Amino acid sequence: MPTKVHVTAKINGDEVEFLCEPRQSLLECLRDILNLTGTKEGCNDGNCGACSVLLNGRLVNSCLVLGVEIDGQEVTTVEGLAGARELHPLQQVFLEHAALQCGICTPGFLVAAKALLDRYPHPSEEQIRFWLAGNLCRCTGYDKIVRAVMDAAKKLSQRTGEVHP
Amino acid sequence: MKAFEYRAPRSLSEAVALLAEKGEKARPLAGGTDLIVQLRGGRLDLDFVVDIKWIPELNQLSYDPASGLTIGAAVPCYRIYEDPVIRRVYPGLVDAASIIGGIGIQGRATWGGNLCNSSPSGDTIPALMVLGATCTIAGPNGTRTVPVEQFCTAPGRNVLRRGEMLVSFHIPVPLPHSGAYYLRFIPRNEMDIAVVGAGASVVLSNDLSTITAARIALGAVAPTPLLAESAGNALIGKRISDETIAEAARLAQQAARPITDMRGTIAQRRHLVGVLTKRALHGAIERAQKGASHAH
Repeated sequence: MPTKVHVTAKINGDEVEFLCEPRQSLLECLRDILNLTGTKEGCNDGNCGACSVLLNGRLVNSCLVLGVEIDGQEVTTVEGLAGARELHPLQQVFLEHAALQCGICTPGFLVAAKALLDRYPHPSEEQIRFWLAGNLCRCTGYDKIVRAVMDAAKKLSQRTGEVHP
Repeated sequence: MKAFEYRAPRSLSEAVALLAEKGEKARPLAGGTDLIVQLRGGRLDLDFVVDIKWIPELNQLSYDPASGLTIGAAVPCYRIYEDPVIRRVYPGLVDAASIIGGIGIQGRATWGGNLCNSSPSGDTIPALMVLGATCTIAGPNGTRTVPVEQFCTAPGRNVLRRGEMLVSFHIPVPLPHSGAYYLRFIPRNEMDIAVVGAGASVVLSNDLSTITAARIALGAVAPTPLLAESAGNALIGKRISDETIAEAARLAQQAARPITDMRGTIAQRRHLVGVLTKRALHGAIERAQKGASHAH
């Protein structure tokens, strides 16, 4: 029986230590060991994007990462998006645009959209649709989600004083 | 998922020693987008997972205008399509890197993993074949090189022996007036597996009117990704014309040995080989004429 492995990582800016079995996915470690249950399990095979997190700033499906792989790495989950007093602009626009119904896919969409806006602050609609193609939603429909991300891009660039093209 | 042990060696020799010792019960882990799915689904039964991402040779991505491009086996898709030199010199690789899975998969899925998974539909494989890529394999008895078109032997099977691992790809410097292109057919816009994939590369004469060398490679139409040598060779010395391209497409259709499965029928796949071969050739010729893949 393999013994548990000691993992040290930075999650949402905090140094975190935990013990896990090598077979446990990052998703399981986040939810079941670290009680970060914002990240959701959908398909558990890399198709639906509900478990999306950022690993060293890169969008990944946490169901396809082993918990032991994040030793020494940085992870951002949906819990890391909001500030101390206010929601992240993406979270705010998802509410305003009613870009969610059941909400299971929402954390994944928020993290994927953050990955997009971190890299491309002024994405085209087509770019948004491609960046969110790995996230499935079975109730809201994609249009409201895409509009919300476009609005967030606008608000974020206004906040930083940039002109939205 | 069944329990296994995890190792993350920092050197090639350490990784090879582990793989040789554990044999069938050990596999390298790179991006995990195939391996973890197979472990979870019970299709693989391992005692050891050897994380090879921390080995320097497997993370190389370097271009030398004299010797060409080296891609480490653990280089993920995003590093290919974000690299300005690859975008300029090897746009045919960017074609493949950009269409594998979604952004989350592209952040992890590696070029070595795609080849070692040895699926007939792996998108990187025809793109590598048409560029004349070779694999460097390390094992207990040293290293050897194998052309990419000889690597896969059957669905999910390849030439790797006990203790061996793929280290890197090497791709020669493109000749002047050359171009390469890869595309696939899927029933939606993204996030799908090829019904058929087709890659092409051409080298043109100085006046850009005649094809002096060509390679055509196909995906998802045989037990392994397939280099359609007769189709490429038929273009040598021919002036660029619709007839010439149609003849190469017909030979590619002859080389294909498709099956009917959940993604497509034999007839549909054979038809698609014709259509996609023509499009891949047109794309490669256009890049060659525009100098898109000129090395300097």
